[in-house]
Amino acid sequence: MRLLELAHARSGDKGDTANVGLIALKPEYYPVLVKQVTAARVTRHFKGMINGPVERYELPNLHALNFLLHGALDGGGTISLKTDAQGKVFSTALLRLEVDLAK
Amino acid sequence: MTRSRGRQTVRIAGGQGFWGDWLEAPYRQVTGGPVDYLMMDYLAEVTMSILQKQKSRDSSLGFAKDFVPLMERLLPILVERHIRVTSNAGGVNPRACAQAVAALAHRLGFGGKLRIGVVTGDDLLARLDGLLARGHELRNLDTGRPLSDVRDRVLSANAYLGAWPVVDALRRGADVVVAGRVTDTGLTLAPMIHAFDWRPDAWDLLAAGTVAGHTIECGAQCSGGNCLKDWQTIPDLANVGYPIVEAGPDGTFEITKHPGTGGRIDVAGVTEQLVYEMGNPAEYITPDCIADFTTIRLTQAGKDRVRFSGIKGRPATDTLKVSVAYFYGYKAVGTLVYAWPDAYKKAQAADRVLRQRLAALGLKFEAVLTEFVGADATHGALARASAPLDDLPEVQLRIGVRSPDKAPVERFTREIAPLILNGPPSVTGFAGGRPKPEEIVAYWPALLDKRMVEPCVEIVDA
Repeated sequence: MRLLELAHARSGDKGDTANVGLIALKPEYYPVLVKQVTAARVTRHFKGMINGPVERYELPNLHALNFLLHGALDGGGTISLKTDAQGKVFSTALLRLEVDLAK
Repeated sequence: MTRSRGRQTVRIAGGQGFWGDWLEAPYRQVTGGPVDYLMMDYLAEVTMSILQKQKSRDSSLGFAKDFVPLMERLLPILVERHIRVTSNAGGVNPRACAQAVAALAHRLGFGGKLRIGVVTGDDLLARLDGLLARGHELRNLDTGRPLSDVRDRVLSANAYLGAWPVVDALRRGADVVVAGRVTDTGLTLAPMIHAFDWRPDAWDLLAAGTVAGHTIECGAQCSGGNCLKDWQTIPDLANVGYPIVEAGPDGTFEITKHPGTGGRIDVAGVTEQLVYEMGNPAEYITPDCIADFTTIRLTQAGKDRVRFSGIKGRPATDTLKVSVAYFYGYKAVGTLVYAWPDAYKKAQAADRVLRQRLAALGLKFEAVLTEFVGADATHGALARASAPLDDLPEVQLRIGVRSPDKAPVERFTREIAPLILNGPPSVTGFAGGRPKPEEIVAYWPALLDKRMVEPCVEIVDA
């Protein structure tokens, strides 16, 4: 299934870095996110769309993960030529990721 | 400050998530129910350079101009209900902003009834060479380059001040605080410090106020706006209620909105706002403290009411963030729309033709970026892999170029329209005319020793 069925998300920018906050729709989904939505997988997911590393932070209190996608915004802010210069919809792009609830 | 449900409470209403946010929001916030403070954030990263440009043309400008007509509408209500305002509407010219508000207050008959607090000291532009000469390199936080690399192109430079100068203004009786580059979070934290007399080293309390500030600093983005979860069931966004912090002296607070307004305040929506523009959640650094977002406890405390507790903080760092704006170069973006059949293929063909012509002209760009809006502009290869693109009703070709020099960008803007007659067929959507080359003012984040910045607070009596 797609991550969309287990989580919601919001994203924003800091310079040339986009952040994606990924939030479990139910607390019991949070361990699935921690296990399957790793920085390595997110790096592969966004291959060709970002040119820097991916960092992941955990917020167990909010059942959320925060991803920093470096080099995602063609220079970011006013420099960027992208439609999504502020990284607003990397959130839903991450929700396309395939996950397996049974794993 | 009021007592509600048996405890001291201060109510801070978020009225503006950015300069350009809904004009009705601040009016509704001060008329829709009881509030003690109206908090308004006007300054985005690049706003300061635009304001600096305005000030250099006219020394009476350089602040958020919209603030004055807004105050004209609100002042009678603010005075009658004793609602105080914290804002960074002062931009690069807080004194001029305060004078404009004072003149307005006089005109409306509030002379002698309004004190305006002016917060300055953030503006480093005139001091920049001195700072560089003394070894403050202001290295770019992202690239590591020293500011001297772009010194001759700097347009504005401002340190982010925290809550304390705003607290000082409130303590001296300011009804309306007009600050320069004060952090968004500081504008919410300051009334809490003032109301509850929090100490400068009460890190957990300062962190709690900072989290409250982060939650409401983007206006309705925590009360149903731009909320992905269950977005189709969020009621009455046309009348969306902007957020209100109801804070207590122990650092716990609730986020709510006025009764009868639209939108929704629940744990899921508030969580979306908490993670917005988040870096390391355990280290949310402001001039006032380091807030640890991994300690926040959220509970639904009623309809449209979320309670925050458990927030921990750590001592502030000994640096301030500095936001420098500098001239970077030029860019332009051109668009054309291609229709069914083969809309995507036609747009791709037009892109190839255009790029071949740009190359034949020998034009050099730092970047040329093509997107196909309706196909892959926002989700890139992920979109191409998941949806059939051969039967789309229309696709917008969107091509942008960037260069340090204006000439190639200018020439590029003349290569879009010819494609209407001499490129692939079924093309439309060019009514906007030729794209215009745009100056790029870029943002340079840096850190500076806190001791180099001296905030200044003045009181202007209207």
